[in-house]
Amino acid sequence: MARERVLKNVPVRIRWLVPLMLAIQIGFRTVEAPPVGAAVQLAAAPSVNNLRMAALGEPVGLAVALTLYLQAFDVQPGVSLAFRDLDYGRLISWLDAIDGLDPASSYPLLLASHVYSRVPDEEKQRAALQFVFDRFHDDPVHRWRWLAHASIVARHRLNDMPLALTYARAIATEANDPSVPSWARQMHIFLLEDLGEVEAAKILLGGLLASGAVTDPHEVHFLLERFKKLEGGEISTVLPKH
Amino acid sequence: MTKSATEANVAKLTSRTLAISRYTLIEAWRNRIAWLFLGVVVVSILVSLFLREQALTEANRVQAAALASMMRMGSVFVVILYVLHASVREFQDKILELMLSLELPRASYLTGKLLGYITISAACATIASLPLLMLASPQDVLMWAYTHMLELWIVAAFALFCITTFSQFLPAATLTLAFYALARSISAIQLISQSTLTPESVATEFGKLLADAIALVLPRLDAFAQTAWLTNSTATDLSAVSATAQAAIYVLLLLSAAMFDLHRRNI
Repeated sequence: MARERVLKNVPVRIRWLVPLMLAIQIGFRTVEAPPVGAAVQLAAAPSVNNLRMAALGEPVGLAVALTLYLQAFDVQPGVSLAFRDLDYGRLISWLDAIDGLDPASSYPLLLASHVYSRVPDEEKQRAALQFVFDRFHDDPVHRWRWLAHASIVARHRLNDMPLALTYARAIATEANDPSVPSWARQMHIFLLEDLGEVEAAKILLGGLLASGAVTDPHEVHFLLERFKKLEGGEISTVLPKH
Repeated sequence: MTKSATEANVAKLTSRTLAISRYTLIEAWRNRIAWLFLGVVVVSILVSLFLREQALTEANRVQAAALASMMRMGSVFVVILYVLHASVREFQDKILELMLSLELPRASYLTGKLLGYITISAACATIASLPLLMLASPQDVLMWAYTHMLELWIVAAFALFCITTFSQFLPAATLTLAFYALARSISAIQLISQSTLTPESVATEFGKLLADAIALVLPRLDAFAQTAWLTNSTATDLSAVSATAQAAIYVLLLLSAAMFDLHRRNI
């Protein structure tokens, strides 16, 4: 006996009802307001211990989900990139929590050094850089490049040479491993040579790509795009007065 | 056919549909689903009390959020498993064949089963919302409970559709849980796919289009029974209207699809 009967056994009304309801569903979802995010309502991050409990033994999976959530929080359509409206205390607490869940990932450091440090607010920029500096100590050999970028930001956007040198010297003293290129350990030299931000970024980026430290094609693309914008003047080297 | 004969026919079908629905409820009671669900409620309350004790501040808020989230997941889980378990047993015990041999239209059988399941879902949503009354305002809890009930209706209808199509527990359960997870996260997926930080490429464009296309045929379950309504009182009347319209459309869509599949089955 055949498992299925022929189509004519289905009443005509039901045959039409399925595509009709499907069309209504698609119509409803089309006219329904699209999902939007609220960039100013970032809640405080839970503690790492609570997140570990909530992860049900999958802390890395939860860390990835939270990272993408945090990243999408600021770049949703219809919501401007108003980083200055974000509570950076809470933002850093989320980055800390994600780092605690997945210490092997450098994603929170990339967000802090390249994305959240773009805020036109000196205090918030310093908070983002401080996060990178604090987390650098946990694994200097693998995290030096984020601190190297933080050093350039401190020098050229905050105009804070002592802070930039502190970061550069931390790389020199703590990132003692053959895998760390020698130019990275000598960053304080080109900081003292007083190069412009574009030149300094060029050295850093060229060095990173040449040393093979950056292999992920998405990250290479992201860094190149950032560099092009910097070179084209789309990202100001001077802190705007907001 | 005369008007009175048509009315008599409709009354007969309605009474048979309601009889199926009533027996679905009796079967659920005998299967002790009420006790199982009360167990879920008690465990959720105990865990939420534990989390409340861990909170340094906003203890009420922490407990309400934890309790609402656990109740929501717990009731969805119980409803899905119950619908699938009961339907599989009917298929295996040849009860469906017996029912259809009694001059019962297939559409009435499915409608009756669905009516039974949505009554069970309404009871689960009501029980789940009762402990929340101690932690949030009655209006907010009412809104949460109402949209949670609608969410359970959609989930129950989806589970019924899957089990009618596949007849087997494992594929039906997998698909229903995947549907629920996707419907809860599709808005976030859409937002992430529109991120301006990711590089422009054919793959990302395809990802955006795919996410938007999937979103059109899924209900936005993340907009139902939000915990924020209890903790921040952010629910609006529009939330309930939109959820009601979405649930009505989707349950009818799933019911018609299940009817289509059942009519094609050679029983």
